[in-house]
Amino acid sequence: MDLLLQRVFDAVTNGSTYALLAVAMVLIFKATTLINFAQGEQAMLGAFVVLQLWDWGIPMWGAVVIGMCFSGILAAFLERTLIRKFDPTDHLPLVIITLGLFLVINAIAAIIWRFDPKSFPELFPSGNAFAINNVRLSWYTIFAFTSCVIVLFVLQTLLTKTKIGLAFRAVSSNIESSRLSGIKIGTTLQFGWALAAAAGTLGASIYAANPVLQIEPSMMLRALILSVTAAALGGLDSLWGALIGGLTIGFVQSVVVQYIPFIPNEMSLSAAVIVLLIVLIFRPSGVLGTRAVERV
Amino acid sequence: MRPPILRVEGLKATYGPVQVLSGIDFSVYHQEIVVVLGANGAGKTTTLRSISGMIETRGLIEFKQEEIGNLRPSDIVRRGIAHVPQGRGTFPELTVQENLRVGAFIRVDKDVNTDIDACYQNYPVLYERRTQMAGSLSGGEQQMLAVSRALMSRPQLLLMDEPSLGLAPKIVEDLFERFVVINRDYGTTMLIVEQNAQLALSIANRGYVLESGSISVQGTAENLAQNDAIRRAYLGA
Repeated sequence: MDLLLQRVFDAVTNGSTYALLAVAMVLIFKATTLINFAQGEQAMLGAFVVLQLWDWGIPMWGAVVIGMCFSGILAAFLERTLIRKFDPTDHLPLVIITLGLFLVINAIAAIIWRFDPKSFPELFPSGNAFAINNVRLSWYTIFAFTSCVIVLFVLQTLLTKTKIGLAFRAVSSNIESSRLSGIKIGTTLQFGWALAAAAGTLGASIYAANPVLQIEPSMMLRALILSVTAAALGGLDSLWGALIGGLTIGFVQSVVVQYIPFIPNEMSLSAAVIVLLIVLIFRPSGVLGTRAVERV
Repeated sequence: MRPPILRVEGLKATYGPVQVLSGIDFSVYHQEIVVVLGANGAGKTTTLRSISGMIETRGLIEFKQEEIGNLRPSDIVRRGIAHVPQGRGTFPELTVQENLRVGAFIRVDKDVNTDIDACYQNYPVLYERRTQMAGSLSGGEQQMLAVSRALMSRPQLLLMDEPSLGLAPKIVEDLFERFVVINRDYGTTMLIVEQNAQLALSIANRGYVLESGSISVQGTAENLAQNDAIRRAYLGA
């Protein structure tokens, strides 16, 4: 029983960070139905910038905010210079660009910060909120989950209550009518890219701040696969779906794999994808994804 | 006589290698309803898309005596031209009310809510459905929403691309009656592309007939409705 509870807490810890990265991908997918494979690397680069700023003596949360702004501006620049040149409805060239970005950003981070893992400063109070017998709920878990929920609330408010958010959702829904309504498509998508990158950087910073993990240029590879899975599971266009997806994937990883003896531990990544397949068979647009609302 | 609100001269447009419009001339005057008739592929949609800046063109497009050819759509709508595209010009995943807000995207004044109420008075069914997703509306309701969305930008010229497409005759009649009211009450000039020639001519002041990229016949709505060639081709007489 103790072990089960401990595993559930681990699931929440991992799930929250997957959810933050998944949310970044959901934002871009919502607007363009494109999966940005470079999202994880953009986030990793942002987290390294945070670490560098902290090394230079900037307080930790200040560094996170500056790092998020840096990622946002970089993403806006990438959208303008690389993405906008291509036809948004033709996905293959765009997917190849995001894969190229993935490799380039990974290489740049490796050149600047080398591949040896570094420890990331703590973002949250260390230690446990409570510990009974062998069950420990760390402050890290509580704060990681809370941060995730706060980010989702902020994003949801931004998308539903502000004019730029409305424009963003309009572009997601119908590009032609958006143009005819006077919305500048490029600028709006650029806003989406910036927002996604900022959310991703926060996610990577929280991920790297996990006391049991260290930061290194390839740390997001696994997280990227799990986050894409989480995003797809939740419904690729749903913000809260990303949280549900993230928690589910975290749960599969640390609970299901632990308790079903014939699944070897090495299969935990594949197990997550298999769960995704099963969900998609029954709900093709994910748990909370929009099923096309169209009446004929 | 006042100069036309919209003057088009020698308008040419191509889709890839195919020339769709081979230099057409026409004008629309203030507060007129002008209808463009023609068969499928004659270039009707292309004409509207040229005016609203959705495709590149050659030739002159003048709105309120200013050249607007090849401006971006976002600039053209700010000058006072709204366009209801063919099919469903709505945002299916947004609520009815949000659709109207998107229509008012270019506005910074404080009267947006007043105008939303006016839309609801024009089409009370939209008020009943204001919190529903636009995609869940019937075809007729979606067309009402698309027109209202366009009106929310307070246009002086409203372009409409086959508003009757796919709708039941009774609904189309109501829709067109409402156009007349909008034209009268707001003084909105309208350029309507239509296959339903009889109905369109019944509310229009003047009309043009497009045939394979050029204007073949033009005249007042009464004259066009009497024209034998048009009756045979478009009125099924």
